[in-house]
Amino acid sequence: MPTEAPEAPQAPEDSPRRTLVAGRGRLADPIFKWTVAACGTVVLVILALMVIRTTTEAWPVFVKEGFFGFLLGETWDPGGSRDEITGTYGAWPFIYGTLLTSVIAIAIALPLAIMVAVYLTHVAPRRIAKPLSYTVELLAAVPSVIFGLWGLHWFLPNVMRPFFDLVESTLGWFFLFEGPVRGVGYFPAGIVLAIMILPIMTAIIREVIAVQPLEQQMAGYALGSTRWEVITKVVLPSSFSGIVAATMLGLGRALGETIAVLMLIGGSQAWGASLFGAGSSMASHIAATFGESSPEARTGLMAIGVALFLVTMIINILARVVVWRLGQFTGDAAV
Amino acid sequence: MSTATTTPPTPAQHVPLSVRPPGSGFRRFKNRSATVILTGAMIIAMIPLILIIFEVTRRGIGVVNLEFLTATEPPPRREGGGYAAGFVGTLYIMALAVAMSIPFGIATAVYIVEYGPNRLTGAIRFFTDVMTGIPSIFVGLFVYGLLVVGWGGLGFGTFVGAVAIAVMMLPIVTRSAEEMLRLVPNEMRNASYGLGARKWQTIVHTVLPAAAPGLATGSMLAVARGIGETAPLLLTAFGTGIIVTAFQGSPQGAVPMQLYRGASQPFEAGIDRAWGAALCLFVLVVLFTILARWIGSRASVGK
Repeated sequence: MPTEAPEAPQAPEDSPRRTLVAGRGRLADPIFKWTVAACGTVVLVILALMVIRTTTEAWPVFVKEGFFGFLLGETWDPGGSRDEITGTYGAWPFIYGTLLTSVIAIAIALPLAIMVAVYLTHVAPRRIAKPLSYTVELLAAVPSVIFGLWGLHWFLPNVMRPFFDLVESTLGWFFLFEGPVRGVGYFPAGIVLAIMILPIMTAIIREVIAVQPLEQQMAGYALGSTRWEVITKVVLPSSFSGIVAATMLGLGRALGETIAVLMLIGGSQAWGASLFGAGSSMASHIAATFGESSPEARTGLMAIGVALFLVTMIINILARVVVWRLGQFTGDAAV
Repeated sequence: MSTATTTPPTPAQHVPLSVRPPGSGFRRFKNRSATVILTGAMIIAMIPLILIIFEVTRRGIGVVNLEFLTATEPPPRREGGGYAAGFVGTLYIMALAVAMSIPFGIATAVYIVEYGPNRLTGAIRFFTDVMTGIPSIFVGLFVYGLLVVGWGGLGFGTFVGAVAIAVMMLPIVTRSAEEMLRLVPNEMRNASYGLGARKWQTIVHTVLPAAAPGLATGSMLAVARGIGETAPLLLTAFGTGIIVTAFQGSPQGAVPMQLYRGASQPFEAGIDRAWGAALCLFVLVVLFTILARWIGSRASVGK
């Protein structure tokens, strides 16, 4: 298989010594090697700089509030100082918004992604399976700002509004669906997030399902199983870790998504249990208030960014470890 | 069975195959309804894309004209005008970002494929993968902290915006370039060595040209991703409504930023222009994506 990493070539080492060591341009090879190696380490340098730079920038806020005080504090009241920390920084309302929208998104996208992946690999006629999966992946190429625009000016008035009216009149007494409904809020943001993470989750689950050994499925059919039984009893159980990885990568996307959430979540700094309430996510709060913020408030936003980075990083690394341990497929759908 | 002693047992092989055990009807029903449900899920998954394409086209098509592409934007209440500032800014930022991210990305892939695997390439691969998952807003914060106010102290502008976009594009370029270089058959490398070429000559004159269509595919997909990025630009290029040609130092605009600002203000004219911008952006992204896949499928090496 050509995908194996090529070994260091033997040919030049077997050639006469003078061409290798004393020949003209003998420095060219090491220079080339170290140049590309230096380019490669740029990624590591960027990541290291990211961690160092943002953490030092946000450090005063963590010192003042304490790490858990920052994460669990419910008041966000930045001061206007230039070089010291005078305000109160509690990021809980934004953390709550991030978690809630992401959970809504995963709850909708995961079952749908599994079903679509199963459809594409096991049910769809071979002729249309490929165009269909391309189309689903095209959804991943749509810029998030277009999702935001569409969500705000089409989805909200045409789909969510009638839905809200219905639910509020029938289930408004229940704390999850409490009014007042403003339109924008956690729920529509979560739904649009679900649409946005569906392609990446589908792509990964599809790849995982596609590499499941055919023999076991054939054995299942030979025992008289229906297609549905083969799917639920043979294919899906052995794809479990891949589905977990896809969920985590989708979750990572959902947690970090900014613009579409910003346009749909409502930008309020309050938080509450109602799914229909307006709020802010961590990323959306950074983007919404960054422009008009004082230097001190930007330090606070930097601290939110660091917390967000930590969470997404942990989830991503776990997901990558799962994907790498599967090892059977390329995983480039995740890009 | 105790009854077998009184009545002659019917031999098993005489039961027609079509007579199934009592569960089978329900099992077949389950199987068939599962197929229906899965098909339904597929249709549901397609609906958002169709709706988005339809709505963006319907509301954008009337807005996009020559004036939209060449005039700058009036105050959001007033009709007419266009996103010229955004287009100039996006073009400028993308050109710089491409110049920064694609050489680095391809060089990184060359190092991983041609000089690996070793511990360093393992780390680079892993962290490149991890980097694809970094929230875009955090990239903006990082570039802001590093270049806008921090050690760089450059202020908002085109260049820092391009750096942020380049950081977003880099892992995409690296990952796809790596896949493409791995597809180049080893025989080609060996043939080059056999002719006496050094390793760098082999890479530059044999491996890279062989992988060129694939590299173009990956780079174009990265550009398609980069064009639509909004969040990191809000924190680095900052945005403006006028045409800016400065390399650095004064805030620069971009189409997605302008679209976001237009869409979030409650003025009909501004929202209309935002739909027009969405159509332009969508067409650009889809064009790049489809073109990239077409180049990739037309001239893939190793097939």
